[in-house]
Amino acid sequence: MKWIDKNLHIKPINTHIDPYKPVENAIITHGHADHAKPGHKNVLATSETIEIMKIRYGENCAENFQVLPTNQSLKINDVLIKFFPAGHILGSVQVLTEYKGEKINFTGDYKTTSDQTCKDFEPVKCHTLVTEATFGLPVFQHPNENEEIKKLLKSINLFSERPHLVGVYALGKAQRVINLLRQQGYDKEIFIHGSLEKLCEYYQNNNIDLGKITKVNLTKKKDYNGEIILAPPSAIKNIWSRKFEDPIICQASGWMSIKQRAKQSLVELPLIISDHADWNELTKYIKFTDAENVYVTHGREEAIVHWCKMNKINGLALSLSGRDDEEQL
Amino acid sequence: MKKFSELINKLLLTSSRNRKIDILSNYFQNTSDPDRGYTLAILTNELELRNIPISRIKEIVFENVDKELFTLSYDYVGDLAETISLIWPHKELGSLLCISEIIDVLRNLKRDDVNKTIKYYLSIANETERWALVKLISGGLRIGVSSRLAKTALAKFSNKKLDDIEKIWHGIETPYNNLFNWLCNQGPMPKIDLLKTFNPMMLANPISKNDFKTLISSEFIAEWKWDGIRVQIILGKSSVKIFSRTGDDISQSFPEIKNGSDSMVILDGELLVGRDFIPMNFNSLQQRLNRKKVTQKHMDEFPAFIKLYDILYLNNEDLRDKTWKSRRFELEKWFKKNNNNYFDLSNVIKFSSWDELSNFKKNKIIDDQHEGLMIKKIDGSYIPGRPKGYWYKWKKDPKNVDAVLMYAIRGHGKRSSYYSDFTFGLWNGNQLSPIGKAYFGFDDNELKVLDKFVRNNTIKKFGPVREVEKTFVIEIAFDAVNESNRHKSGVALRFPRIKRLREDKPASEVIQLSQFKSEFL
Repeated sequence: MKWIDKNLHIKPINTHIDPYKPVENAIITHGHADHAKPGHKNVLATSETIEIMKIRYGENCAENFQVLPTNQSLKINDVLIKFFPAGHILGSVQVLTEYKGEKINFTGDYKTTSDQTCKDFEPVKCHTLVTEATFGLPVFQHPNENEEIKKLLKSINLFSERPHLVGVYALGKAQRVINLLRQQGYDKEIFIHGSLEKLCEYYQNNNIDLGKITKVNLTKKKDYNGEIILAPPSAIKNIWSRKFEDPIICQASGWMSIKQRAKQSLVELPLIISDHADWNELTKYIKFTDAENVYVTHGREEAIVHWCKMNKINGLALSLSGRDDEEQL
Repeated sequence: MKKFSELINKLLLTSSRNRKIDILSNYFQNTSDPDRGYTLAILTNELELRNIPISRIKEIVFENVDKELFTLSYDYVGDLAETISLIWPHKELGSLLCISEIIDVLRNLKRDDVNKTIKYYLSIANETERWALVKLISGGLRIGVSSRLAKTALAKFSNKKLDDIEKIWHGIETPYNNLFNWLCNQGPMPKIDLLKTFNPMMLANPISKNDFKTLISSEFIAEWKWDGIRVQIILGKSSVKIFSRTGDDISQSFPEIKNGSDSMVILDGELLVGRDFIPMNFNSLQQRLNRKKVTQKHMDEFPAFIKLYDILYLNNEDLRDKTWKSRRFELEKWFKKNNNNYFDLSNVIKFSSWDELSNFKKNKIIDDQHEGLMIKKIDGSYIPGRPKGYWYKWKKDPKNVDAVLMYAIRGHGKRSSYYSDFTFGLWNGNQLSPIGKAYFGFDDNELKVLDKFVRNNTIKKFGPVREVEKTFVIEIAFDAVNESNRHKSGVALRFPRIKRLREDKPASEVIQLSQFKSEFL
């Protein structure tokens, strides 16, 4: 990786991938706050990612935006750049770069399972893989997401006298949970915390079916018994949630597979729904790419590096700073 | 196993006590014998599978999972059963036996079959069943269900009295078929062996200012509330059994207490350490508690004895329905006949007015020996539990110290959106050293103030714990201070609670730990 350094800086074209601080040229893999920061001069990303950045940070969060659709190449000097769908959230991509015949693929955050709220993941071969490892421990083996959604529906049936407050990250997870509910035939109104509104609207404008969603209005007296209310986990921990009477606290996250973790966060109904690859997906993909070198950007790096060693692949942890805000996983 | 594993999973994730009782009561209602009996035994910690050590389970896991990957995972997850349940790589078709059959198989496994069987079970189990299976083998569920809560659920599902269940609890055995028969009205209340069985104790209520106005002093006597641990002693022809207040058999820890009795008797008293029946402080007693092996040195240094309060049985006669006065008469008679080195009578304090008793308490109390006074109704019988109107405890005045708020954690249930569990400390040089935790004593308004302060002044987060700016002073009330080598500060407070918020006081005026120790220890 002579032409790219540990901060994911592509030296021949002075461009950073998902830089933590404002830079001259940035490629952004997706709109989550730990990958997309405001204040760069030039941003290259998918149109969805750019729109999401503008919703979150304002129209002028970068000086110039350049759209690169997935599966199209862009050549800057001698570096060829191509985006492949990462299957993580709407607009998310892997970034394949090629320079002097060497292919390096940056996964960004990804999952390989299907998701109706974004394009399906596309695998790519490369010489060097720069991968995430959020759930890079063999204890993380995500179950089928539909089975998890059924748990929520079952609970709604069983405890129709209690509101179900579901902790979700505002971008990606919220829309996916709503979409999964719709896929299971849940056609009632779904309530959302105000901070989810704009992003849900954006997803709907992209023809993703979310059905009828309504912002929670706590000034008006309303009975939320038996309803599903989506809110960021921080709002559920906060004063906001006190307005609901005797709610069942749920949380949709890959971390919820760990019971002690759910218990610690006072989650009564954990829903193991992750937008990240689990251990099996991570290791399977590493094998698929035929990469000789694997660099781990963030997450549980040690185990992936150890696994690479067991499989005679060069593995190295980059431990990028500023990643892994657990609320959004 | 599916039903059992789902039950304990639900219990783990439920924080409301009432809801846990509902879940359990439903389970007992809808589960047959002996499954529910075994579940009850597991929940109340009465079941042990000694033949399969947890090291054996680890060995099986390491044969199937890379050790390094397991260690990294365990570091992250923090719970062994959970790590194993999540990391187990094999999946086979099949379904696990029910809980009673599993226990039966595990108990009778031949050494050579252990690995094969456990591996098979782990492979056919789903993740929650695996978790439950490993917990079952390792013992200690840690799912926030006390034995009392399990019994409360029994009472709820059967409409029987909790007291009646407690009365026979220590005399019945796993899987409790006779208990469930009785609970389901299909059999008599189980008969129990008095010589082996702990009898639930009578406990006192705290006395309030108002009580002194309504209670008639001439109907009561007083005794010292000795600062030891309350025990029940069962003496048989050649046996001695000592039970703690919660029914734990602690006889082994106090082998010097021998049977000098010629008759079968059940006594109630306070276990203390000291010489010539003069008690040493509670800290000395603690040197003797929770020790499986007792050395001669310990017994010489901290000899145990018992101050007798009451008598429950004598020669198979149940005295509990008699008045305190007649029980005391029997106790004194028995004591005269069976005088020895381990038993002393607790003195009866007579008084003619509450004022007189108050003065007596003020003048005669010895801080290291007494926790306060017990006030008992002369014509009252011995009623298990905490009945109103019979026994009162009049504790010595609490001690107070101003301390600085350091850390906070969110509460449970109703308080789950409030930071309501607080750690506080005193200065140790220019650093604060935590001296205790408290989660009650404040009213709703004070809780709101504390919660707001924590939210607005967090400087660091460690998982659920918030560290706050060291600026908020709270007044802590506590009953006593003990030396403790388990705590960094070297002290442990007994029964600490938040008495007042001292928003007026700057943190710099809080005292040094050393000063606190010299004042209270």
